[in-house]
Amino acid sequence: MQSYRFNFMADFSSSVAKAYNRKHLLGIADLSPHEIQYLLDQANEAVSVSRQLEKKKAVLRGRTQINLFFEASTRTQSSFELAGKRLGADVMNMSVASSSVKKGETLIDTAMTLNAMQPDLLVVRHQSAGAVELLANQVGCSVINAGDGAHEHPTQALLDALTIQRHKGGLARLTVAICGDILHSRVARSNIILLNAMGARVRVVAPSTLLPAGIEQLGVEVFRTMRDGLKDADVVMMLRVQRERMEGALIPSIREYFKFYGLDAEKLAHAKPDAIVMHPGPMNRGVEIASDVADGPQSVIEAQVEMGVAVRMAVIEALLANGGANE
Amino acid sequence: MNKPLVIRGGHVVDPSQDIDGHASILVEGKHIHAIGTDIDVPEDAEIIDADGKHVFPGLVDARVYVGEPGSEHRETIKSASKAAAAGGVTSFIMMPETDPVIDDVALVDFVRRAARDDARVRVYPAVSVTKGMKGKELTEFGLLQEAGAVMLTEGKRSLENNLTLRRALTYARDFGLVIAKETIDADLSANGVMNEGLTATHLGLPGIPREAEIITLERDLRIAALARGRYHAAKISTSDSAEIIAQYKRNGHDVTCGVSINHLTLNENDIGRYRTYLRLSPPLRNEDDRQAMIRALADGTIDIIVSSHDPHDADTKRFPFAEAAEGAIGLETVFAAAMRLYHNGEVPLTRLIDAMSTRPARIFGLPGGTLKPGAKADIIITDIEEPWVLHEEDIVSQSKNTTFEGERFSGRIVRTLVSGKTIHQSP
Repeated sequence: MQSYRFNFMADFSSSVAKAYNRKHLLGIADLSPHEIQYLLDQANEAVSVSRQLEKKKAVLRGRTQINLFFEASTRTQSSFELAGKRLGADVMNMSVASSSVKKGETLIDTAMTLNAMQPDLLVVRHQSAGAVELLANQVGCSVINAGDGAHEHPTQALLDALTIQRHKGGLARLTVAICGDILHSRVARSNIILLNAMGARVRVVAPSTLLPAGIEQLGVEVFRTMRDGLKDADVVMMLRVQRERMEGALIPSIREYFKFYGLDAEKLAHAKPDAIVMHPGPMNRGVEIASDVADGPQSVIEAQVEMGVAVRMAVIEALLANGGANE
Repeated sequence: MNKPLVIRGGHVVDPSQDIDGHASILVEGKHIHAIGTDIDVPEDAEIIDADGKHVFPGLVDARVYVGEPGSEHRETIKSASKAAAAGGVTSFIMMPETDPVIDDVALVDFVRRAARDDARVRVYPAVSVTKGMKGKELTEFGLLQEAGAVMLTEGKRSLENNLTLRRALTYARDFGLVIAKETIDADLSANGVMNEGLTATHLGLPGIPREAEIITLERDLRIAALARGRYHAAKISTSDSAEIIAQYKRNGHDVTCGVSINHLTLNENDIGRYRTYLRLSPPLRNEDDRQAMIRALADGTIDIIVSSHDPHDADTKRFPFAEAAEGAIGLETVFAAAMRLYHNGEVPLTRLIDAMSTRPARIFGLPGGTLKPGAKADIIITDIEEPWVLHEEDIVSQSKNTTFEGERFSGRIVRTLVSGKTIHQSP
């Protein structure tokens, strides 16, 4: 397996290989397959740290990580918090949705204020595409994009890839069906880019109103029915449907959506018998996924959560341990 | 009276007289007295040597947003006029999209007074079609015209109501007023912030389909034909729009059309990684559409080029792309950017000067755009080869939101004259 080879190299030559020497992680589109594999291998190791009784490493002792979430997210924020803490960093959470941004302060003002506190790492989520990059250009520390608008969510794609890799032994030549609201999904974009880079075959399944323009040119096969899209798939990746999309008349109703695009046992039967079912959470049971599938034997949704912490540990360590800190 | 002035030895282009060659211009007082190859030079005349330079009628910019009244921190009439002078624009039409909206006689008077007292160039007020730009009651077209309004426009808004548009075009016809309209369907463009397509999908930004412009333009033209009114499409951006305009022109309708300099020289890929100042309305389209704009300009389907100067303070750069204001400044760069089309061999110089001076003056009934004897001496002397790079710190306009930051140009304004008086000279 390719992954073991890189793993082996990383073990004794982390200072030599310089497999990831960027200051930030802003998007999967910036990364080479080599960098992606390096991060996945590091994350794979981090899994074992999290499974030990003593979970804490000291590599980032004395470093400060600030989670800056302009859009509320309990899960991603706690995952980043835990990852930072397990590496020994001091972690502070700022949920800006409720603070001064509402009073007219600009994104950059907020960033500069935090920057003046000399953090080593900012983990940022924002509702606008490009906002995290804009901020990264203004601050002195490393920045991780924890989701910017409908653009990218790189750590989600990495954790999905790690989950798939651990269940399927690799990514190359697998058929992955990404289903649901592709149009508004940064998870879909990051996953499409990553999976293509790593040699998987990517399909998207969605009603046409939830597909962005030019999607075919992103290197995916487009399907309008779950039966065709899931046929012989190795991985079925469901996306969350935002309820407010219904009001925009992109889809007429929940029951209609569930009937045609919700993942239930019958539709899942079209995939390979050993196909895994994924979801970035939080799930809308009965909207995009049926409970029995979400909790069934093919579901790896809980494993994704565990891999999330590991991937974030690997990314944080890669950014900070290699001198990517406040210069 | 001032001494007579002779601009000697330059290459003069004046589409209004079909002049394209070496000539000298004699200015007496505020007016052009003579133009030609062997004019009598008065003994006491001041001579400006324009050898190796190009001399054109001052540019006329039919779409300029100013912050006064209401947003003087962005741009005042005074600061806009300075920027205009630096860019060779000797007349511009100021959009009524201010706070308050220019929709009555007192406000037109205000603009005229401010222009007279503070501006170095000629500033002409445009007024809104409906009161407060609310899309309902018509403004007093006749009284506003008497007060000095030269154009009717709803600014960046598209009049949604078909009946209101029909009545406005019909009533405006009686006064010979042109309605200049932007053509973006608000519903179809929804929350879009750039051209719909693969680039927007890559960037994760909501798109505006080309059809948002095409449908509105087609509707407008049908209503304009019905009303037999004078219709001007202010800023088109798609090849289809140009084809539709060409078709209406062929059929003899009183239709004219403009394009912003940005849509002639930039495309959606220039947005790169979320360059906020390139968020424009209409959005920058793809390269095919840009090429179509150039062809339509060259063949005259597109009548005029506008800067679409739209100042926003630097704060807008502090916002993510989708949250930033639309629009960019352009008065200082419209000439230099247009020269790219000449240097690339895409549009002849005479057509460019026609589109930036003679034709807009003619469409909106302004006195500029010509070097005919008797005309006001609004003249620019230029070096169309001079290379330069636009640096933010050199921008004259109060706002710095340019689409051309760091860009190289060939072509610079050497001297700008309004009424025979030099109001700008390059250092």
